[in-house]
Amino acid sequence: MSTALGQWLMSEAPTSRRQAILGNTYRGVRSIVTNPTAFVGLMIVALLVLSAVFAPWLSLGKSPLDQDLAGRLAAPSAAHWFGTDELGRDIFSRTLYGARVTLTIVFLVSVVVAPIGLIVGTLAGYLGGWVDVVLMRITDIFLAFPRLILALAFAAALGPGIENAVIAISLTAWPPYARIARSETMAIARSDFIQAVVLQGASTRRILFRHIVPLCLSSVIVRLTLDMAGIILTAAGLGFLGLGAQPPTAEWGAMVSSGRDVILDQWWVATIPGMAIFIVSLGFNLLGDGLRDVFDPKST
Amino acid sequence: MSADRSVGAIAQHHRGRLAATIVRRTASFIASLAVTFVGLTAVTFFISKLTRIDPVLAVVGDKATQAAYDKAYQALGLDQSVFVQYGIYLKRLVSGDFGMSVLTSQPVLSDLLRVFPATFELATFATIIGVLVGVPAGVLAAARKGRWPDHVIRVVGLFGYSVPVFWLGLVGLFVFYGKLGWVSGTGRLDVFFDDVVTLRTGIILIDAAIDQQWDIVANAFSHLILPASILGYYSLAYIARMTRSFMIDQLSQEYVTAARIKGSSFWRAVWRHAFPNILVPLITVIGLSYASLLEGAVLTETVFAWPGLGLYITRALFNSDMNAVLGGTIVVGTVFIGINLLSDLLYKLFDPRLRAR
Repeated sequence: MSTALGQWLMSEAPTSRRQAILGNTYRGVRSIVTNPTAFVGLMIVALLVLSAVFAPWLSLGKSPLDQDLAGRLAAPSAAHWFGTDELGRDIFSRTLYGARVTLTIVFLVSVVVAPIGLIVGTLAGYLGGWVDVVLMRITDIFLAFPRLILALAFAAALGPGIENAVIAISLTAWPPYARIARSETMAIARSDFIQAVVLQGASTRRILFRHIVPLCLSSVIVRLTLDMAGIILTAAGLGFLGLGAQPPTAEWGAMVSSGRDVILDQWWVATIPGMAIFIVSLGFNLLGDGLRDVFDPKST
Repeated sequence: MSADRSVGAIAQHHRGRLAATIVRRTASFIASLAVTFVGLTAVTFFISKLTRIDPVLAVVGDKATQAAYDKAYQALGLDQSVFVQYGIYLKRLVSGDFGMSVLTSQPVLSDLLRVFPATFELATFATIIGVLVGVPAGVLAAARKGRWPDHVIRVVGLFGYSVPVFWLGLVGLFVFYGKLGWVSGTGRLDVFFDDVVTLRTGIILIDAAIDQQWDIVANAFSHLILPASILGYYSLAYIARMTRSFMIDQLSQEYVTAARIKGSSFWRAVWRHAFPNILVPLITVIGLSYASLLEGAVLTETVFAWPGLGLYITRALFNSDMNAVLGGTIVVGTVFIGINLLSDLLYKLFDPRLRAR
């Protein structure tokens, strides 16, 4: 990094909007990369994304679905790095492809939960009055619900499958975001620049979406990262119980479940996908902790 | 003399206000419990509407005539509006009628009462482990903030947050039962002890101890210790993290410095001066983690074939026994909500700062 560019990015008095945005991004990235916890977490999450995207290449042409009953339950070897499962499928390849399912669930839950939480929270926080009371009462009710059990009941009613698992998790995961967005909104709504846009005649919708929501985003994203591990664990739990992705799709929770009966003799069948779940949740936890240190130093 | 009376009057006034506050808090606790219960049952009602299982067929069977079908259809209130149906549903639930279980051919309520003690035993034991280890660990981490004990405890806690409980259970079984033979395998007792214990409380450790069957107590303990430790690891991670942050707050206060200046030792200042101040928020945390353990028990029970609520719900799930699934959901949900709100209430009643408001 040349010093001129560095100075331009780190300038306390940016002369253009672009410089301010780039400078902020640069500071954020730098503090994540220099924070060891966040960096390790970021690397693990990057690894997850890479294995999901490049699964067909990384698995060296082995399909996650091809069965080889003659070579079933084979121990880890040069041919099968992580061994084979009860149908002779290559566990290494299945673990890589399993990253796709996990990433899909994580992505879908995020795009459902964050907007719901943001809308409910900012509306309640900005409008106040009875809207606030009603919305927060509903949020409190959902917040007090047992998450896994309710997700279980939903998945049981809707039938097993990834989409239904996502719906079930999302329905029980949004309340904390509404809470966060509400408290942020209440602080922001009092500030002078909001009063200024009100005086300029901005509509409520414009104030909410153009001025308040962008400022709530960072807290919501930090919380989302911290919650990711919980979401992955819930999804894996549903998969383990047979309510997530259906066979023959490679899903980590279901893979652990299929190794249950042979855990005493063929430990690798259940152990390896479980390790994958563990490492990925750990990655999101580390990244979330790091992001919180960066964006919200008060709370640590 | 007059000063005396006014002091007495003020004290009495304060006591009166305190009593009023307690009554008000308790009333609002009951109100929010009721509202949340209505919300929970609305959701389970909604779920029961989502299922593609015809509730009428469950009553009359698939060989019923059209007339019998229509009669049952009306008796169930299905010809009325959704709200009336929900009213009927709520009334049935409150009177303890959760319907019949298809799987066991028993009323769901009696099934739930039968399996609940097993889950209670597991979750309680796990919480005890979590508190006994988690609280000292959190205090130690706060007292040694930023040094190696803090880092070790943080990493151990982070692992607890990240590990899938069902997998940890399997690996635990593999290592401690399969390889080392330190503990017993799945279930609550070895097979040859089945039906030997007279069930009174439903908690085998206690029931066997009453009858002084110490070999059974030992056997039950060796079955309980592994699932309870694994479940306890979760609450440990949470309790230790919260204890740490509460203690850090307290240790930075001036009264701790004052105690140190007056010659109190460091650990005395930590345990005698700072620690009592975190007890109130700690009760809330322990309550919350206990509630989440009741829920977390579902997966653990499946792995350890522990015959509690979780195993009951998952078995029912695979037999499309929706009455049993929803009945279990409502019971776990109600206990969960109850503990959540109760710990909130205790927090408010015990914390003098909140009481003053």
